[in-house]
Amino acid sequence: MASGPSLETPARDHKALRNAGLAALLTLVLSIPFIGIRLDDSQGSNGLAFRPQWVAGLVVVVFVARLVLDQTGGLAAWRPRFPTGLKRGLRLEPPVSTILIALVLGLAFAFPLAPFASRYEIGLATSFLIYVMLGWGLNIVVGLAGLLDLGYVAFYAAGAYTFGLLSTHFGIGFWLALPLSGLAAATLGMLLGFPVLRLRGDYLAIVTLGFGEIIRIILLNWSDLTGGPNGISGIGRPSFFGLPFAATAPNGGTTFSKLFGLPFSPLHRLAWLYYVILALALLTLAFTSRLRRLPIGRAWEALREDEIACQALGLNPTVIKLTAFSLGAMLGGLAGCFFAAKQGFISPESFTFSESAIILAIVVLGGMGNQLGVVIAAAVLVGLPELGRSFAEYRMLVFGMAMVLIMIWRPGGLISGRSPSIRADLSRFKATGPEVAP
Amino acid sequence: MAYFLQQTINGLTLGSIYGLIALGYTMVYGIVGMINFAHGEIYMIGAFVSLIAFAVLGLFGITWAPLAIVLVLLIAIVFTGAFGWAVERIAYRPLRGSFHLAPLISAIGMSIFLQNYVQLLQGARLRTLPALVSGGVTLFRENDFEVRISTIQIAIILLAGVLMAALTFLIEHTRLGRSQRACEQDMGMAGMIGINVDRTISLTFVIGAALAAGAGLMVTLYYGSVDFFIGFLAGVKAFTAAVLGGIGSIPGAMLGGILIGLVEAYWGGYVSGAYKDVSVFAVLILVLTVMPTGLLGKPHIQKV
Repeated sequence: MASGPSLETPARDHKALRNAGLAALLTLVLSIPFIGIRLDDSQGSNGLAFRPQWVAGLVVVVFVARLVLDQTGGLAAWRPRFPTGLKRGLRLEPPVSTILIALVLGLAFAFPLAPFASRYEIGLATSFLIYVMLGWGLNIVVGLAGLLDLGYVAFYAAGAYTFGLLSTHFGIGFWLALPLSGLAAATLGMLLGFPVLRLRGDYLAIVTLGFGEIIRIILLNWSDLTGGPNGISGIGRPSFFGLPFAATAPNGGTTFSKLFGLPFSPLHRLAWLYYVILALALLTLAFTSRLRRLPIGRAWEALREDEIACQALGLNPTVIKLTAFSLGAMLGGLAGCFFAAKQGFISPESFTFSESAIILAIVVLGGMGNQLGVVIAAAVLVGLPELGRSFAEYRMLVFGMAMVLIMIWRPGGLISGRSPSIRADLSRFKATGPEVAP
Repeated sequence: MAYFLQQTINGLTLGSIYGLIALGYTMVYGIVGMINFAHGEIYMIGAFVSLIAFAVLGLFGITWAPLAIVLVLLIAIVFTGAFGWAVERIAYRPLRGSFHLAPLISAIGMSIFLQNYVQLLQGARLRTLPALVSGGVTLFRENDFEVRISTIQIAIILLAGVLMAALTFLIEHTRLGRSQRACEQDMGMAGMIGINVDRTISLTFVIGAALAAGAGLMVTLYYGSVDFFIGFLAGVKAFTAAVLGGIGSIPGAMLGGILIGLVEAYWGGYVSGAYKDVSVFAVLILVLTVMPTGLLGKPHIQKV
């Protein structure tokens, strides 16, 4: 791309002009069909609307941009420079990090009590936390074990439908259904994973995509069990240790508000839901952070880096992949169970491939394997549409392009380098040999 | 028997469309070794460009079907080819030599981007095209059941045949085809003996996109409706076809496409219409787990 160092300036100018001309021509061809011509309903069944000024503007912009690019050393010079401190990952020293963590946790816990937190804000924070939890769950599979799972939403759906069915058919409450949902999703993960985890990375991705779609189509068509496109409604709400959130309890029992002597408010239930998902998400975080340091977690990362080396060291890749796959599935199932409880209604529409793509985008943009990155990416994804309607429309467009750019510029993600959690401290061995030997 | 024959005809029509898309997957996989996940979107773009081109030709008064179809095919190939080239240049070329899942993730990003690009600019509504070609031939009737092959089905099968023959000629008898075969065997070595590898790969994407444009035109004519989301399912089915035929093998992709079309038609006709997509996904999973090399593929040896 960059024009090489040339002694003759005229030749270089000529080349730059030619490059810019080619880029402009390509832009012209690319922009005519969709930007320049639009199928317009107001002009009859297949009327057309033309926007030549948009195309012309775009062509001029690209032409000039390409010229400038050539004069300033090509695309490489425009590659964004990330602060060197971020290269090794965002690492804070203990006193600062402890205070920071305590501050964030304190804010998260105090949030529903804040005066500005209304129904809308709490709901938004809750769905943000669902995405964070899903991101952390998928992070085990994609980020740590390096298995690209394009059908993660199948496990989310499995958890949601497990609770939905248990609640509507057997009247089982949220707290009992939660572990069962996780178990169901993990079992599904095992069943699906066992035959396919021997496959190579990209084949595995497509097969998981196929599984995700099969599950969705089954949910859509097995009307007797799943209610088909109408879904399941009237799913039980989580209670506060057995106390319902209602104005009056059935058969004279106590309600949450009565016990604490508070006036009844529907906000209580929303705040409680918020705390439940916050706890679930924090549990997920603690769980994965611990796992990363266990032998199994190290095996995941080793497998991600080099499968053949792992086999040579006597690790069984299928078993290791299976644990990552089913643990990720379990977390997805737990999130699904919570989702069903929060909505009170589920249908196959919530579990399409685009949902899988969104969760994957969160993990990829956050930096595969990075926990903090997931939070930031989820915040951007949930937050963008709130900035305005047009942002909501452009959200997936931006996310798609961002996935491409991240892969080009920083395959390790925005925040961290793609570094193993555990690194042998070789410096000990270099300088002072005798000290190492006991 | 008559019903079976009718489903076979429908399956062959669908299969030739899938086969054309599958060729794009298989050629790219053969040379670069990546799944071009955005290829389904390229096909969707081909279908949209065809629809727009028909409308534009209508403005100029060109409505005689054969002429309009040929012109639209050429237009669709040019514009869709440009998209194929741009996708490779922007999303895949910078990633050559990156870690092994990077191109696939980038491709998924590209696919999301293209879907939303078309949706934003053209609207999410289903677009329809009034039937251009009507009529057909009744082959025979059995009791009350007529076995028909419509003119459009004949046109689709013929057009697919012509495009596939053109591709075979291109691969086997032209300089570009020779470069492609060389790159497929050993990209580094091909570069050393003076083949422009970057250019060959770019042109492979353009050819794949051109074939997908042909498929997009056919589907526009066949179903008469297009929306921004058709690329996803068609892409997965065509990829299944490529895998079934043996990914990397060009006759395999055509064979796989036709088989997948037939499976879908028979399943839809005999078992259950609601689950016909499941049949294709099930074939995909079965083939990949039981016989990953496909029918005509070469065994894949993993090297360190």
